[in-house]
Amino acid sequence: MEQYEPERLTPPQAAALRRGLRGGRAALTRRSLLRAATGGALAAGGLGTLAACGIPAAGKNQGGTSAQDHSATEKVVNFSNWTEYLDVDDSGKHHPTLETFRGRTGITVDYTEDINDNNEFFGKIKPQLAAGQDTGRDLIVLTDWLAARMIRLGWVQKLDPSHLPHAYTNLSAQFRDPDWDPGRAYSYPWQGISTVIAFNKKALDGIEVRSVSDLLDNPRLKGRVGFLSEMRDSVGMTLLDMGKDPARFTDDDYDAAIARLQKAVDKGQIRRFTGNDYTSDLSKGDFAACIAWAGDVVQLTSDNPHIDFVIPDSGYVTSTDNLCVPNKARHKTNAERLIDFYYEPAQAAALAAYINYVTPVDGVKPYLAKIDRDAADNPLIVPDKAMQAKSHAFRSLSQKEETAYEGKFAKLTGA
Amino acid sequence: MSTLTEAPPPLGPAAPEEKPPRRRGRFTPYWLLLPGMLWLIVFFALPMVYQASTSVQQGSLEQGYKVTWHFATYWDALNAYWPQFLRSVCYAAAATVLCLLLGYPLAYLIAFRAGRWRNLIMILVIAPFFTSFLIRTLAWKTILADNGPVVHALNTLHVLDLTGWLGWTAGDRVLATPLAVVCGLTYNFLPFMILPLYTSLERIDGRLHEAAGDLYARPWTTFRKVTFPLSMPGVVSGTLLTFIPAAGDYVNAELLGSTDTRMIGNVIQTQFLRVLDYPTAAALSFILMAAILAMVTLYIRRSGTEDLV
Repeated sequence: MEQYEPERLTPPQAAALRRGLRGGRAALTRRSLLRAATGGALAAGGLGTLAACGIPAAGKNQGGTSAQDHSATEKVVNFSNWTEYLDVDDSGKHHPTLETFRGRTGITVDYTEDINDNNEFFGKIKPQLAAGQDTGRDLIVLTDWLAARMIRLGWVQKLDPSHLPHAYTNLSAQFRDPDWDPGRAYSYPWQGISTVIAFNKKALDGIEVRSVSDLLDNPRLKGRVGFLSEMRDSVGMTLLDMGKDPARFTDDDYDAAIARLQKAVDKGQIRRFTGNDYTSDLSKGDFAACIAWAGDVVQLTSDNPHIDFVIPDSGYVTSTDNLCVPNKARHKTNAERLIDFYYEPAQAAALAAYINYVTPVDGVKPYLAKIDRDAADNPLIVPDKAMQAKSHAFRSLSQKEETAYEGKFAKLTGA
Repeated sequence: MSTLTEAPPPLGPAAPEEKPPRRRGRFTPYWLLLPGMLWLIVFFALPMVYQASTSVQQGSLEQGYKVTWHFATYWDALNAYWPQFLRSVCYAAAATVLCLLLGYPLAYLIAFRAGRWRNLIMILVIAPFFTSFLIRTLAWKTILADNGPVVHALNTLHVLDLTGWLGWTAGDRVLATPLAVVCGLTYNFLPFMILPLYTSLERIDGRLHEAAGDLYARPWTTFRKVTFPLSMPGVVSGTLLTFIPAAGDYVNAELLGSTDTRMIGNVIQTQFLRVLDYPTAAALSFILMAAILAMVTLYIRRSGTEDLV
């Protein structure tokens, strides 16, 4: 605690202090430095600068969307995917399907699991794409609403159908014509995701849960119900429960669904809105029942015998994670060849056996049965006719709707 | 206090008159400052300017954002989200008080009574930092699980009836309630309270305690009149280091809380990443910054320790 206390100093000390503080402008004190720093920052960031740093409009990229394709000379493809979304061998280091791909084509896949959350990933790549620069990625996996937004903004490239023969032939009918990318000009599904109701039998203690209404209304479940913070899943399931189709709903329908959820929040029925972390709440029994993603449920049921799921009679929401090639990618052709590779039923089966999501590829079942018979018979992985009939997609939203709807949903979840 | 007063150099004829300082040395401090200043400009000043600009822009992702000096964003943001602001301040204040109540005795113990256990206890205080913030918070979900022993014990002792009556918990659970969020905040920021407290307690000369005893002060009086006032710098910096990050935290409210415990950090995150309302998010950040700055200034003024922190 060295303080400047002039009255107690001996003459030599005072002289030393004066030496230190002397020299007028050259003297450095903490205060003067702070003042200088603030002044400098203000001068640098004058009001003119404030006005200059607007964000340019999307889609008006300098120099178009494509870069020169280096696929022929550089035998690589940079593939960014979500965590644990690809087959992996027991050592955890090798991805068998990627190695098959390299063996066949000579193209090395530089595989990175750097996507954890659509919103965060969008925030991460937005600056480069908005500035018309290469993101360093040739192939990315985005959930449908974000893929739709990227197409709307003009930030992903049109795919060349001549490189995608298997994909064109084998894409399952239910995924062929989403309203945001008719005929799949820009994207191909990596996996489908079914949103279902999962429950913990032990925590339910005999209470029957068969619909979203049970979750929202049964007083015995008060404070033990979980919903997803993904707006389209939570609201979509509620809309279905109210007899509306998430593929064709109006503003009023949306508001009614939000009001229904709000009522449940207000009376303490819904405990939390969660992301992926609902799995731990469910297996511990903090959630007796919740809206859940089927791929997780397949995993959970094999770990915990108390976990089970139900498909409501009113139907369920299906979304997709989609492979897209961002603007200015250096290896577009290689990326397209990789997409096509995963649309060969044998490769799709190898993938499905490992990751337990809905495969978007037709003709997978016989190949999958050879690897894992249970998986091949599981309607959550290879949907049967009855499953497909209950599947509903959430319609794409205009930019204005997206802002308004997300705003209302944010208010519902407390922020 | 000061090392200068403790060891005065021999008096007598003053040292030979000082030599004129070498010219080269005049700019040395500035050169030494350059890396730090550059760092501050690039990673603090420029982002702040960018934020300030964003907060007065209008537009959308498609049309781009333009600066329109739309200051009403601030007013609208404050109007819409004042409950979350208020909640953040309350939770952070509660966590700070709890940290002080828990941390002071521990810091006192380490500084004066721990003896050869001192280093071990210090390591125990710091050890949680070796795992990530997120993991530590998630661990609380296991500790406070509805079917866990803690909640069971609290229910048996009817503690949750009391906290439920006070509005801190809901039903017979702790998770997804204000209590869980405040507990998480307290736990996560406790070391930031203990370390500065320990540093300032450890500096207190033990002979002062003896002197107080010689003057017939009882232990409590010694603490009140000698130890505590001398540890004020630690108290002030500890409370600041706890309160400031706790007020802006969003992880605890996200994982341990519910819809009615969302703090302002959650709102900013949602507005920025989910709703894509960048101006509102930027305005909220600035309001938070200004509010904390004002509260801290007031606090430092009142505690009269401006030179010490």
